Amino acid sequence: MSLGVRTRDTVAAVAVRVALGVAMALLGALLVLPLLALVLRVPLATLAGQLGKRVVVQALVLSLEASLIATLVVVALGLPAAYLLATRQFPGKKVVEVVLDLPMVLPPTVGGLALLLAFGRAGLAGGALQLLGLSIPFTTLAVIVAQAFMAAPFFIGPVRAGIALVDPRVQEVARTLGATESYGFWRVVLPLSLPSIVAGTAMAGARALGEFGATITFAGNLPGVTQTMPLAVYVELQRDLDTAITLSVLLLLLSFGLLLALRAGHPERRR
Amino acid sequence: MGFLRGGCLGLTGAALATFAASAGRLPAQSSVTVFAAASLTDAFTELGKRFEASRPGVRVQFNFAGSQQLALQLQQGARADVFAPADQRWMSAVKDSGLLPADPVIFAENRLVVILPRSNPARIGRLEDLARKGVKLVVAAEAVPAGRYTREMLQRLAAAPGFGLDYDAHVLGNVVSYEDNVKGVVAKVQLGEADAGVVYRSDASGAAGESLKVIAIPEAANPIATYPIATLKGSPSPELARAFVDLVLSAEGQGVLTRFGLKPAPIGTGSSRP
Amino acid sequence: MTLEARLTRRRSTGFTLDVELAAPAGSTLVLAGESGSGKSTVLRLLAGLERPDAGRIALGGAVWFGATDWLGPGQRDVGWVPQDYALFPHLTVRENVEFGLRARRCTPGEVRRRVGAALERFGLADLAGRHPVELSGGQQQRVALARALVVEPALLLLDEPLAALDLQTRQTVRGELRSLVAGFPGVTVFVTHSPIEAMLFGDRIAVLEQGRVSQSGGREELLTRPRSAYVAQFMGLNLIQGRVLERRPDGVTRVETVDGNVTVAGTEGRGGPELFVAVSPRDITLYRSAPDASAQNLYRGRVLEMVPEPPFGERVRVVLDTHPRLVAEVTRSAVQHLGLGEGQEVYASFKATGAVAYG
Repeated sequence: MSLGVRTRDTVAAVAVRVALGVAMALLGALLVLPLLALVLRVPLATLAGQLGKRVVVQALVLSLEASLIATLVVVALGLPAAYLLATRQFPGKKVVEVVLDLPMVLPPTVGGLALLLAFGRAGLAGGALQLLGLSIPFTTLAVIVAQAFMAAPFFIGPVRAGIALVDPRVQEVARTLGATESYGFWRVVLPLSLPSIVAGTAMAGARALGEFGATITFAGNLPGVTQTMPLAVYVELQRDLDTAITLSVLLLLLSFGLLLALRAGHPERRR
Repeated sequence: MGFLRGGCLGLTGAALATFAASAGRLPAQSSVTVFAAASLTDAFTELGKRFEASRPGVRVQFNFAGSQQLALQLQQGARADVFAPADQRWMSAVKDSGLLPADPVIFAENRLVVILPRSNPARIGRLEDLARKGVKLVVAAEAVPAGRYTREMLQRLAAAPGFGLDYDAHVLGNVVSYEDNVKGVVAKVQLGEADAGVVYRSDASGAAGESLKVIAIPEAANPIATYPIATLKGSPSPELARAFVDLVLSAEGQGVLTRFGLKPAPIGTGSSRP
Repeated sequence: MTLEARLTRRRSTGFTLDVELAAPAGSTLVLAGESGSGKSTVLRLLAGLERPDAGRIALGGAVWFGATDWLGPGQRDVGWVPQDYALFPHLTVRENVEFGLRARRCTPGEVRRRVGAALERFGLADLAGRHPVELSGGQQQRVALARALVVEPALLLLDEPLAALDLQTRQTVRGELRSLVAGFPGVTVFVTHSPIEAMLFGDRIAVLEQGRVSQSGGREELLTRPRSAYVAQFMGLNLIQGRVLERRPDGVTRVETVDGNVTVAGTEGRGGPELFVAVSPRDITLYRSAPDASAQNLYRGRVLEMVPEPPFGERVRVVLDTHPRLVAEVTRSAVQHLGLGEGQEVYASFKATGAVAYG
């Protein structure tokens, strides 16, 4: 007995629906449930006290300061890098691109060790830095460096792509009209690639905020100086679970807010 | 196109199956899982090898970390056979969670030392120098047994003649990083990034010791770190667990511990065989 | 200020451009040809967006490119209008037109004055605050022209300026563009693939085929004396190529071609052996059956297509698969009378007096 064509299609359509439903349920369980569990376990009764604890306040302030500066550094250095990569050809370009992408896939602790071996007192550049009077590990500067190092590819990647998408003819017209490359960059390329720059900044900022492995390895762990929120969570996990949860939810809210602002700033184009 | 789809479905199915299977996977009956303090890394690794050699087909799995972390994991439901923290506090915490079928036994002692990088960049010669402004000191975090012992040691020194009542405050003011296990302190000092660190005597012995300078701490000020060991409730291999504890407590085990810088347990100190 | 350019450029694809151009100030040079023939590349080289492998570009006395000279696009006095206008999408019409003056650091007063005048001249005053995406094709083109001309360039480069417009707009805009270009004091180089535009705009026309100029000259010359099959096709003429067989004292020449011999009433030119014979489609007569033996220049072939010519279809272009391919233009009644249809076999001939031969 053969099913009619229509019945067969309907069965197939239902099967697809069911499969999609199962997949979404699994995804929801994997991604949403843990976040929900975190939020639900917030110690509401003692929340005010938790938020006033020195360890929480110190970590919050330090995280905000360090991530902000780290993000600014990433933007300031990453923007010209992204522009050059998007508009220039040179030998070894592919290698440079891969190297700049590397911190994105590198385990953070590995990144931290690398930073230590490079900029530590006994590191490759250690001697030179000492001459300048700089000793980086164990300082807030180390936190900023670790965050910038790990977050940089999250900015450079999308911005490079965004700049490459700017119509080259528009840039050429600008040159024929007498614009120098710099003028063309600020007046034409930058405004036209702004969405990708905003997106890259938000991503890098969120990554800097959540940075742990490289920070603890390169900068160490000292409240008020290098103990960012992620480090504080790790330490408080072994001391006061409620504080750890409070800090975690704070981090969650900050990251959520950052990414939400990003989406709100650039609505989806309607098909 | 059909081949591609079939391949993708197959891969997804295999991934899900493995994922599900790993959920309930326990170590094989012929393995024993030991949660031990980071300071026991070298000694217990050697004991593990001997245990495996004497019992072909048996594997010893170690989880070395700060004792506080191990306790937390056990409390959250981690499966293990043996627990050996670096102080009584964390053993009590685990006992309070009802995870011990029998009383723990003290099996070793340890003492603290101050370590310096071989190059001694801060020119530290004696314990008093640790209070000097600008010295970069790395110690274990408070929750780590070694961290607690360190504070105790500093307090005792402050009370001792020649150190000044503010000694411990000055020294702690020089701390640049609180590590979450004692091996982290060793690493920072070995790399030359820290000027000094406080670790166990056992950590400064052996291979690591070759890149370190050691300053001894007077006995009176040096707290005795006592290491208890116990089998755990819910252990997947209770007989193997007991056998491992026996090895640790045996003459052979105590000899190994000594070789790696720990002191054997004093005979008769609460050591009732489990 | 005359434009003189010799340009060679080889691309990695193997395509080679090798042209020589010249145009006096106030004139318009049309670059005609198929896509891929190199027309846009010539404009890019003149604009300084690409560097020729060899050659020279000079405008008036200024050398823009030479053995030891190189001026970038910003340093040349050039206005470049690419095919899709490339307006700055994030700027208003006014800001688009201002761009060049601001980039050259003109004073705000002067910017305002010149831009105001340009907007008026191009009828853009009402649209000054709009963005390009809100404009029609014709309006966008005007903005692109205003933007290029407000900096008063010495060389204006237009890359198929009418191609992006729909038919109706194109016809309106064409007239406006014509008067604009005519009034432009500098040199205009106008790229197109449309014969009508070439005729309309070109004081001189250079036809590019595969990177080389196959023929260049005034309208009349190209219109009546094409020297390549493409140029002939471009101008709507039939072209037969051959060698002199016999020159008779009465001026009649017999030309030997691959497809038979052709008799032509007169010859111009140097007297070399290679000859072109151009025949207007109107001078070709069609027959259903072989005409009498006195008919000269007889061809036989099938009708490939018949296209009524606008505006009323009074005249019909008939394309034959003869060798070489001939196009005849006949009246509608002739088509009916002959009972012509596609695939129909016909005879075609032209009088010796109805053709011109030239070397």
